[in-house]
Amino acid sequence: MRVAPLRPGSYFLSGNAACAEAAIHAGCRFFAAYPITPASDIGERLARRFAGTEDGIFIQCEDELASMAMVLGASAAGAKSMTATSGPGFSLMMENIGLGIMMELPCVVVDVQRGGPSTGLPTLPSQGDVLQARWGTHGDYPMVVLTPESAQEMFHCTLRAFNLAERLRMPVLILSEESVGHTNEPVSVPDAHAIETVSRKMTTVPPLAYRSYEPDDHGVPAMAPLGKGYGVTLTGLSHDERGAPRASDPENHQKLVERLFAKVEAHCPQILLYEEELTEDAELVVIAYGAVGRPAKAAVLQARQQGLKVGLFRPISLFPVPEARLLELARRVRGFVVAEMNAGQFAREVERCVRPVPVRSLSSLAAVHKPEEILHVIEGWAHVD
Amino acid sequence: MSIRLYDEWPDGIGHPLDSLLRTEQLPHVWCVGCGLGTATACLLGALEELPAVRDHAVLVGGIGCTGRAVGYTKLDNFHTTHGRAIPFATGLKLADPSLNVIVFSGDGDLFSIGGNHFIHAARRNVDLLVICCNNFIYGMTGGQVACTTLPGDHSTTTPMGNLEDAFNLPALAEAAGATYVARWTSLHPVQTQRTIREALGRKGFRFIEILVQCPTYYGKYNDMDLRGMVMYLKNRAAMAEGSAPAAVPITKDRIPVGVFVRLERRPFDGRIPPAS
Ligand code: SF4
Repeated sequence: MRVAPLRPGSYFLSGNAACAEAAIHAGCRFFAAYPITPASDIGERLARRFAGTEDGIFIQCEDELASMAMVLGASAAGAKSMTATSGPGFSLMMENIGLGIMMELPCVVVDVQRGGPSTGLPTLPSQGDVLQARWGTHGDYPMVVLTPESAQEMFHCTLRAFNLAERLRMPVLILSEESVGHTNEPVSVPDAHAIETVSRKMTTVPPLAYRSYEPDDHGVPAMAPLGKGYGVTLTGLSHDERGAPRASDPENHQKLVERLFAKVEAHCPQILLYEEELTEDAELVVIAYGAVGRPAKAAVLQARQQGLKVGLFRPISLFPVPEARLLELARRVRGFVVAEMNAGQFAREVERCVRPVPVRSLSSLAAVHKPEEILHVIEGWAHVD
Repeated sequence: MSIRLYDEWPDGIGHPLDSLLRTEQLPHVWCVGCGLGTATACLLGALEELPAVRDHAVLVGGIGCTGRAVGYTKLDNFHTTHGRAIPFATGLKLADPSLNVIVFSGDGDLFSIGGNHFIHAARRNVDLLVICCNNFIYGMTGGQVACTTLPGDHSTTTPMGNLEDAFNLPALAEAAGATYVARWTSLHPVQTQRTIREALGRKGFRFIEILVQCPTYYGKYNDMDLRGMVMYLKNRAAMAEGSAPAAVPITKDRIPVGVFVRLERRPFDGRIPPAS
């Protein structure tokens, strides 16, 4: 028996369950993770869904260092692979997320955020890992981060994450939150045939001509099957196109890292995704993402009823930052309010894009904002001048 | 045994294992007199003897002097992060059971920073061959004490002698669940290659420790030149085939060698059986 995707229809699922089901639709057949609140139920569901099949592989690891490494190994062997964790485990994964970037191995990492630092608030929501998701592993590298506001959107983000990972040949991160992960809501599951699934590009050159890191026109090297004489050579060391270590060659390293950035840049049209509400004539734009997008939308609609010209910009892809769109908005609005469940991490990203237009950060550390809190800030702004 | 001599090679040039080496990447990074070349040759020699195994072999290395070995080969190879060779290899093996996955790394990598992964992979009985080149010290980082440095030995971080005890790696492997456990030194290339060949023909979590001389650091800080290091290994090595792993710790006077464990146990494959 093989792993079977859910039949199309309407289901009542948590964000975590939607993630697991979408992973199956995307073709994920390898899941490795260490238990951690509030992400454990993604693995629990996949263990049940993979049981009794010959193609679904589940392993509960000794720690998150291992889960990230196993996911990369499985990816190298041809599997679409995923892991899921939360703050403390996400910290441990950073080392091998860097390896995934350097080895250019597609995989999906889900961080169901909880409050930090350290053990923090295991059962409360947070968006405290936003900049860690972007810059958590050492060095310079591009990163693709998606962030859903609901179980339904989690389903779509997970599908997209796999497709982007396979297309870009790199790890793609999903930043969820306890509030999204553990809220049960209706999820409409489309027909499996109607879902676009992308698979990594495999090389077409003969084994002896294969070079592990030779990029195609889009900057993405083709992969090769193992055990077939291609001599696949992947390393975390800085390397040349053959995969040979070039550990003391600044010029070669510059070229390598620039290519990593360029491949993501070149795919921005496929990566960038955001929702806009009433921004056409807005003088003030509220920026919120993940679960905070929901009260933010309510606040914007209430403000509109008061006649205030407010709009909502909700990034669904958080990184790369939608710089061009933010700049366009900045040309015609008087200010931005960034509501997020951290101390202003994304607000700083917005600030650097929209300068000198003022940006106000509305921070809530361990609870989803209430619509009236956001409305209050909007009203305060409107009465400034 | 099939160690071929140079004069059997066409024109008398090249190395008998050139067919498996990325010769364009030589010379390697290892020091003159290092034992890692011998250990690597034993692995590649054993693979050459088993073409069916070789053709589906994948090598995984960690970080350190030994970890660099895999990248010199023409086989599919992965040079991973420090300590994580075993979980990376586990992912490879579970996702593609047709691969013969071999981890080739050092003592610091596998047993200090990666120790947790080693015991868990052995406990699960993941179908891997793990070869540890133990040089008693950290080589790549410049001669610091290791979890395998004998008590009293000197290193850059134990100027007054090591205060800690060393792991007995075969005992650790057996206790954690390994199904095949052996130890040799770089002074036993024939036995080492034969043992690797035997291990490659078996299933489950298999562990081979190869003691290698590190004249550059271990020798230097413990008053041995290359010859002294080689004689140190040679003179202390004592045949202990079949001994209980707990009875084979390395001491100042004795390095027990041989195959210690041969067991059959169903390997772990990550597939969950159906509910009955
Ligand atoms: S430092 Fe020691 S182990 Fe490393 S290559 Fe040199 S001799 Fe060999």
